[in-house]
Order: sequence, then structure tokens, then C-alpha cells
Amino acid sequence: MKPPTEIETAATENPVVGIDQTAGNFSYKVDYAFDAGTGLNEDTVRYISSVKKEAPWILEFRLAALKKFQSMPMPTHWATKDLENINFDKIRYYLSQGQKPKRTWDEVPDDIKKTFERLGIPEQERKFLAGVEAQFDSEAAYSNIKDIVAKQGVIFVNSTEGLREHPEIFKKFFGKVIPTGDNKFSALNSAVFSGGSFIYVPPGVKVAQPLQAYFRINAENFGQFERTLIIADEGAEVVYMEGCTAPKFSTSTLHSAVVELVALKGAKIQYITVQNWANNVFNLVTKRGVAHEDAEIKWIDCNIGSRLTMKYPGVVLKGERARGEVLSIALANDGQHQDTGAKMIHAANNTTSNIIAKSISVGQGRSTYRGVVHIPKHLKGCKNNTECDALLINTNSRTDTYPAISVRGDKNATQHEASVSKVSEDMIFYMQSRGLTEAQAMSLAVNGFINDLARQFPMEYSVELKRLIDLEMEGSVG
Amino acid sequence: MSSPVSTLSKLTGSFTAEAFAAHLARVAHLPSWWLDRQRAAYARFVELPMPKRTDEGWRFSNYTALTLDGFQLPPAVKAEQIAHREIGVTGAGTLLLANNRLAQHVPLAPALAQQGVIFASLQHALLYHGDLVRSHLLAQPSKFGSDKFAALHEAFLEDGAFIYVPKGVDAELPLGVFHYACGDGAAVFPHTLVIAEENAKVTVADFFRSDSASGAQAAQFACGGNDLYAGHGAQVTYVAMQDWSRDTLSFQFNAIVARRDAKVLSLNLHAGARQARHESFSQLAAPGAHSEMLALTIAHGTQEFDQRTLQIHQAPNTSSNLLYKNALLDAAKTIFSGLIVVDPDAQKTDAYQSNRNLMLSDEAEANSLPGLEIQANDVRCTHGATSARIDAEQEFYLESRGIRPAQAQELLVFGFFEEVLGKIENAQLHDTLANIIREKFKS
Repeated sequence: MKPPTEIETAATENPVVGIDQTAGNFSYKVDYAFDAGTGLNEDTVRYISSVKKEAPWILEFRLAALKKFQSMPMPTHWATKDLENINFDKIRYYLSQGQKPKRTWDEVPDDIKKTFERLGIPEQERKFLAGVEAQFDSEAAYSNIKDIVAKQGVIFVNSTEGLREHPEIFKKFFGKVIPTGDNKFSALNSAVFSGGSFIYVPPGVKVAQPLQAYFRINAENFGQFERTLIIADEGAEVVYMEGCTAPKFSTSTLHSAVVELVALKGAKIQYITVQNWANNVFNLVTKRGVAHEDAEIKWIDCNIGSRLTMKYPGVVLKGERARGEVLSIALANDGQHQDTGAKMIHAANNTTSNIIAKSISVGQGRSTYRGVVHIPKHLKGCKNNTECDALLINTNSRTDTYPAISVRGDKNATQHEASVSKVSEDMIFYMQSRGLTEAQAMSLAVNGFINDLARQFPMEYSVELKRLIDLEMEGSVG
Repeated sequence: MSSPVSTLSKLTGSFTAEAFAAHLARVAHLPSWWLDRQRAAYARFVELPMPKRTDEGWRFSNYTALTLDGFQLPPAVKAEQIAHREIGVTGAGTLLLANNRLAQHVPLAPALAQQGVIFASLQHALLYHGDLVRSHLLAQPSKFGSDKFAALHEAFLEDGAFIYVPKGVDAELPLGVFHYACGDGAAVFPHTLVIAEENAKVTVADFFRSDSASGAQAAQFACGGNDLYAGHGAQVTYVAMQDWSRDTLSFQFNAIVARRDAKVLSLNLHAGARQARHESFSQLAAPGAHSEMLALTIAHGTQEFDQRTLQIHQAPNTSSNLLYKNALLDAAKTIFSGLIVVDPDAQKTDAYQSNRNLMLSDEAEANSLPGLEIQANDVRCTHGATSARIDAEQEFYLESRGIRPAQAQELLVFGFFEEVLGKIENAQLHDTLANIIREKFKS
């Protein structure tokens, strides 16, 4: 086998934007054995389904979704017009070297392995993860969980395997938390999904270390549509982390995932995302969980990369005393729009939800908070707390806040607060008078702004996040 | 539901071409520029579509109940025929408009008239102060997706109130304007135009009522507006009390322009109508401008109050403060949708927006959409929204002091409103409003 050749990617024009992207900004030439071609029609969907050797009901599900996708308009009556720049006919919907992920890194083909080694995935796995899945374009190249976790009955596979090998577990919830027609992009995902993680944690099992998935886009003009479904059975607990990168191509790339979480009675799911796509990626993701009685779902959502991210992780609080939480950090630099937020749908008594969103806009970056809190009729004891804080670094930075709060009845309480500010001049002056440079002072202030959220991240992520912010802030002042 | 879009978009309801021709015939004596504007507005009204489900400006609103059928331009009524109730404010003058026509005019105190203050009907102003009217009447765009109804207002506007305070004059006492809708099916188009020149000061109380003789259940249509213009250093206080019959479909379009160092305080009290939409648009146009936007709503029965606000900061060092409080009883519904916009050059903006919903019934529904769009970094912008019942701790405290539960609740509700009412400097006006609120709670 010939050694993989690295494709030169153009040096980024803007040093500020470029810095944090460099870690992921490379791509290797890969020979894809399976390629659905460019553009989307029924044949594309049939091709994907047939190479995956799917059951007939899945093909039907996909075809119905395709119809739905084609019939739905772009949501530009409320969302940014930038969506119109996505050309669905120029995207490649499925690329892979094979459908079966390897269980050891030795079996992973060199050209793909090199990518993940460069991103440090195998090393992290040895150090602190209970299981890893590494997705390269459409399919997982590698997937493994530690024996000790597997022995507890935890299932951690990709979507194809999950639906084929364990339909009795996954079919029941698949597409139920987020119906196909929830929005145009969930319909698109339902038509062409591939990869992602299907996880089942049996009753009472508490997975001690996090499970991790890593999503990598390598090919140009590619659309990645992974599908994740996590089920924590009664009393189970699991932490899932995902990371993602892509090289910066001159044309735009689409990432449109659907993530469904089900926390049964008393279960806890924590879902952590650090999104660091190259800033030409449209990142349009639907994420929602259902929390049953006494269950808890917590989304920790951190968006640093992409050109446009539209993502509003939600929790449907279906059982009494269920709890939902979204902690969101967004950083928008030049040419980026982070349109993020949260949805909390209260559907049972005494359910509580908490949303803390912090955004930082640098240069001409734009960050948007969009949220929904819904408390329907005849519930009691429901509570929501929402806090959105935006920090604007430069004079031309932009931020928006668009919450929607509906409350019925007199036995519930909601509170929403938002603020917009810049880094205080006094604070910067004080630090400079103690010998810090302006840039150092600024970085420290920004890190202070998100510190109470970043603290809740697992150590490794928290450190990485701080480093990314330091890099993004470089050159933004002075 | 299956009717084609083309007929829907041309929906005129009772406001047909014949009705418009009848209106034009009645205002034929007014200046031609104004009639041209009315004709253009009518054409827009006909062409524009009714609100639909995907209109963000109508999110949460009952856009399906916006029927324009069954109304007519009502006949004239005499002042004596109206059960007019003075509000107890010793004003500097009053204007009484009924069914779109001037019914009574208590002229200004001579001292004010001598200083050049004008307090007249809008028709009088169109005829004798055309330039002033032309530059300020409905000069601000419709920003909330109600263009069709804003055009309807402009097309059928027949008469209203005109208030002009020249440079440096302090028209201390409140001027009172009463708009009445009389008779079942009456369609009214009230308008109040306030112009305060440099360093002028004025207080206006604007009342909207249905004639009680036509019964509290008269189905009426009200589509009103007001323009408040505060020149350099001017201070405008505007208090509106909306108390239409409980079966009225009501629109109110409020536009505020505050120039350099001007201060505008507007307070809207909402009590009447079946479905009432109030849109308020504040422009902080020059440094030092300030807009205080206040509203109190008492929502009973199945009433729907839909309030949409926009605070645009166009210049540096401007400030605005919005406080909208709703008390919700029975199966009432409120919508508050507010937006603070800070333009790229408007550094040092200080803007606040707050919506407080007091839930007094298990059937009530409160919707809040507090929004921000900030494009400058050296700003202080915050907003807050809460929905909750009366604070149990406060209630307990009062009861532990021997106050009966019903009375404790009443006290706490008035306390909730007093935070807004307290901003009215004129004591008489303050007490009048407090009394109206008290009455509304008893009914």
C-alpha cells in the first residue's frame, strides 16, 4: 500500500481565525470504495441503504424522509438567509472504505489511522475513555469499548450495526424523540444518515468513564449525517463526549446530525460536545432528549468552529421530577455565526430545567441565543431558569438573543435574564498595571467569563477549551 | 381553509372599495397630499396579505381571529349622547372624539394658547398646520408585520387629536383626549399626534372607550395610532388607557422619536377588547435621548393582549427602559415580544427590557419573547422575563400580620402595578390610573 499523501490546504488568510483550526486543518487523499456520487435523489438513498444491507423498513423510513425533506421549505422566515447558500446538488452524501468498523487501531487502514493519530484519539482512549468510535466521513473506521464496560452489558455500536444487531432495543426509540419531519434538516438526516453512535446502558449500570465519538470530515463537498441514539435504562448513568474537525476546503461542507437521548426512570445522561469544525462547515444539528420520571439529561454544548451552526439541544421533561439542563458556550469569530440555544419542554409536574448560555463574539463574529421554554396547561411545580450572557470583544462584534417562554397556569415559575457587555476597561487596566500584556489580560478576562461553565466540563475538555479560547483571542485586541 | 391565497391576500372584509369611497367623500375638504396618501394606503391594505402561521411577528398570536367582517363606518353621535365620564384630572383642555368625529372641544387655557401651544383636531391641523402634520403624521414605518392593518389605519383615519408645543414652552397640566366608539359594529380609527419642539414639555392622557350605552359586549373594531415626537431636550409624557368593549378587535400603533437629550415616557394601560394588539416603536435618534416604555395589562376572561415592542438605538449615549407588567386572570392570554436593537455606531447605549407576568389563574397563558440585537460592544443591555404567581413568602408575611388572604392578594397585586404607576409624576393622573385599575379588578 502506498503511503498516504497529504493534500496541501491553503494557508488561512486570517491568522486569528486560522490558529485554532490548524490542529484539524489537513486532509489525506483516500480511496473510497463506496461513493454515492454527487447530489441527492431516490437512487442516492437506495444506494446507501443497499451498501449497508439494511432491513426493508429502514429503506422505507429513508425514502419517506427524503420526500419530507424535499417538501419542506428552508426555515429562513426566522433563520439566517445564509442557509440559502447550501447547494444540495453539489454535496456528496456517502463516502466510505467499508461499513464494518475495526476493533483495533492496527486494522485501521493507514491513511485513515494517520488522521486520528494526528488528532490524538488513540492516545486519549488509552488514557481516560471507556470506549471510542471514530467516524471518517460516512462510516466509523474504528469502534471499541473496554472489556469491562462491555461485560456490564453496555452496547456501543454505530447506527447501522445498532439497527441490524439490536433492533429489539433501538427500533422502539429510533426516530421517536426527533420525528423525521421535526425540521428540514432532521428530515435530510433521516434520509441519508450513516454512522453515529447507538448506545444502550442496562438498568443500574453506571459507566465510570466517558464514551467518546470522534467525527472527522476528510473529503471536499462532503455531507456528514451521523445519527446517534443513547438509551440509559432505569437508574443507569452515562457520559458521552463528541468532538469533530474537518479540513478547511475552499467549498463549503455540510454536517447535519440527529441525536436522540432517552433517559428512563432515574437515569442520567450527560452529553458533551466540543464542536471545532473548520469555518466553512454548515453545522445544522438537531439534538433532543426525553427524560422520564426522576431522570436527568444534561447537554454541555461548546461551539467554536463552523461557518454557521444552528443547534438547540432540547429536553422533553416527560416524567415527574425530571430535570433538564443545557450549558452552552459559543465563540464566534470573523465569518462565523453561532446560532445556538436550548429548548425545554415541560410535560410533567415538578419538572425543572436550567439553561446557562454564554457567548463571546470576536471581530465580526455573530453569536445568537435562541431558546424555547414551554410549560403547558394544568401542570404544577415546574420551574425554569435561563441565563444568557454575551460578551462582545470588538466594536463591530454582534450578538442577538431570541428567547420564547410560554407559561400556563399559576403554579409554575420561570425566570429569564440576559445581559450583553464588553470586557471591563477597569479590569484590563488593573491586570496591565500588574504587568500583563493587554492580550493576556483579555484572555484571562474571557476565560473568567466562561469559567463557571468550563469548570463543569471533564478536565481534559476544560483545559482544551481554555487553550482554544486563548488562541482565538490572540490578535483580537490592540 | 382551502380558499386560494390570492383571495386571502385581497381580503378587505367590511372595508370595501365602496366603504373607502364613502370615507373619501367625507374628507374631501382635506389637503390633496393627505388624500393621496390615504388612497395609496388603501391600495396597500387591499394588496397586503393577512398574517399567517409562519409570520414571526405573529408568533403565539391568534392570527385566525382577525376578522374584518361585520363592521361599518359608524354614524355621527353628539357629545350629549355619550355617557362621557371625566376622569378627574384637572387638565389644560380636552378633546372628545366619537365615531371618528370631533364631538366636543374644551379649549386650552388661554395662557397656553398665547404661548403658541396648539391643541386641536387633526382635521384642523391638516388644514391650518399642514407642514407640521406632513412631517410627523405616520412618518415612521410599520415594523412588526402588521403592515396591512397599519395601512388600514392610515386609509380610514378621519380625525384625531393634534398637540403642538413650541420651543421652550412647558404645557404643565395634562391635556386629555377621549376617543369613543359608539354602537354595535362601529369601526374607529383614532389618532393622536404629539409634537414637542426643543425643550418643550407636555403631558397627554389618551383614553379609548366604548360608549357604555352600546353595552359592554358591542362587537367593535378599533385601529388606532399615535406619533410622539420629542425634539432636542423635550420631555413628553404620554399615558394611554385602552378600555374598549370586551368584544372589540383592537390595534394600536405607537411610534416614538426622541431627539438629542429628549425624554419620552409612555405608559399604556390595557384593559379592554377581545383581542388587542399594541405595537410600540421607539427610536433613540440622537445622543442623550431616553425612552421610558411602560405598560400595565389586566387580562380577564378569554382576552388576548399582544404587545410588540422595538427599541432602536441609533446614536451613541442613548438609553431606554422598558417595563411591561401583565396580570393574568381567568383564561386570559398575553404575548410580549420585545426587541432591543443597538446599531453599530450606538456605543455607550444603556438599554433595559423587562416583562413580568403575574399568573393569577391556572388557565392563563403568558408568552414572552424578549429579544436583543446588539451590534456595538461598549453597551449595557439586559433583559429579563418572569412568569410566576404571587410570592408565597410575601403573602405569608401579610397574613401573619392579620391581613385576610383576599386582601393580602389584592395588596400584592397593586404593589405589582405600583412599580410602574410610580413613574407618573403628576399625582392626579397617578391616582386616576390607580383607581381605574382598582375598578377593573373588582369587575
